[in-house]
Amino acid sequence: MKQTEFVNAVLPFQDKLYRMAKRLLVSREEAEDATQEVLLKLWSKNDNLEKYKSVEAFAMTMIKNFCLDRLKSKQASNLKLVHSNYADGNRSLQANLEAKDSVSWVERIMEELPEQQKMVLQLRDIEQYDYDEIAEIMEMKPTAVRVALSRARKTVREELTKKHSYGVG
Amino acid sequence: MELVRIESLLEKYLEAQTSVAEEKELRAYFSGENVAEHLEEYRPLFAYFIAAQRESYASPVPAKRKTTFLYRWVSVAAVVAISLSAYMGGSIWIGPSEAEIAEAQLAQAEALKAFDLIAQNMNRGMDKMSYLNEFEEAKQKVYNDN
Repeated sequence: MKQTEFVNAVLPFQDKLYRMAKRLLVSREEAEDATQEVLLKLWSKNDNLEKYKSVEAFAMTMIKNFCLDRLKSKQASNLKLVHSNYADGNRSLQANLEAKDSVSWVERIMEELPEQQKMVLQLRDIEQYDYDEIAEIMEMKPTAVRVALSRARKTVREELTKKHSYGVG
Repeated sequence: MELVRIESLLEKYLEAQTSVAEEKELRAYFSGENVAEHLEEYRPLFAYFIAAQRESYASPVPAKRKTTFLYRWVSVAAVVAISLSAYMGGSIWIGPSEAEIAEAQLAQAEALKAFDLIAQNMNRGMDKMSYLNEFEEAKQKVYNDN
């Protein structure tokens, strides 16, 4: 695959990679780094790419695994403490600023979800992949995807109902 | 009628039994004007999904873009600096002023005059020197006579 062909193949789902990374890593810079990293890895596997049924699904799986590794290594290192303290302070500040903005509630509710549910919800409700594609990306069984998705949706709705009734009352 | 359908779709949605097409229908309903009051809480949910889908990976090579941005401003600053210095030190760049030219010409004339004076005195001295030849001739005569 030549460079231009590669760029054309990657361009349609590049944003999806970035959004997935941002969903997991939260920080914009880290998500950009992760996206770039995965695109580079994809380029280095260039010769074997034709072999994969869907390059997009393959890339999505790569970014999922890459981000999960990042999160894991962050948890293992001391830096995690510093970082989470910082993020927490930031979040409460942000929460105050955006208290009225109910759309951003959804983002924060999603942040609280377990990683698997977070990713499934991202893939389905934001990227609108079908169940088989999600199963392939997540390396899960389609039924497990549905279970995770249903749980995620119910949690988000519950939280949203709570916040909504506070907001109204 | 529509409301009943939306409610049943929502039920299916929460059980993860809706198709992508049905979910698009929900998105369309909740981004419209007439959302039923008891379903109002779903509105931010679908609004967020639509907004989140628009977010894009804007800077494929962020570092590069930053430097080109910097370079652009450096070049602007350079142009400003050069034109400013040309304006401020214009007299130096363009050449000496007329007063300076006149002064230089005066100095040249004075120098030439001084050289003339020296040359005249020199010539006068040279005239006197010619008598020395007489001395030489006389000496030769004396030698020859011997």
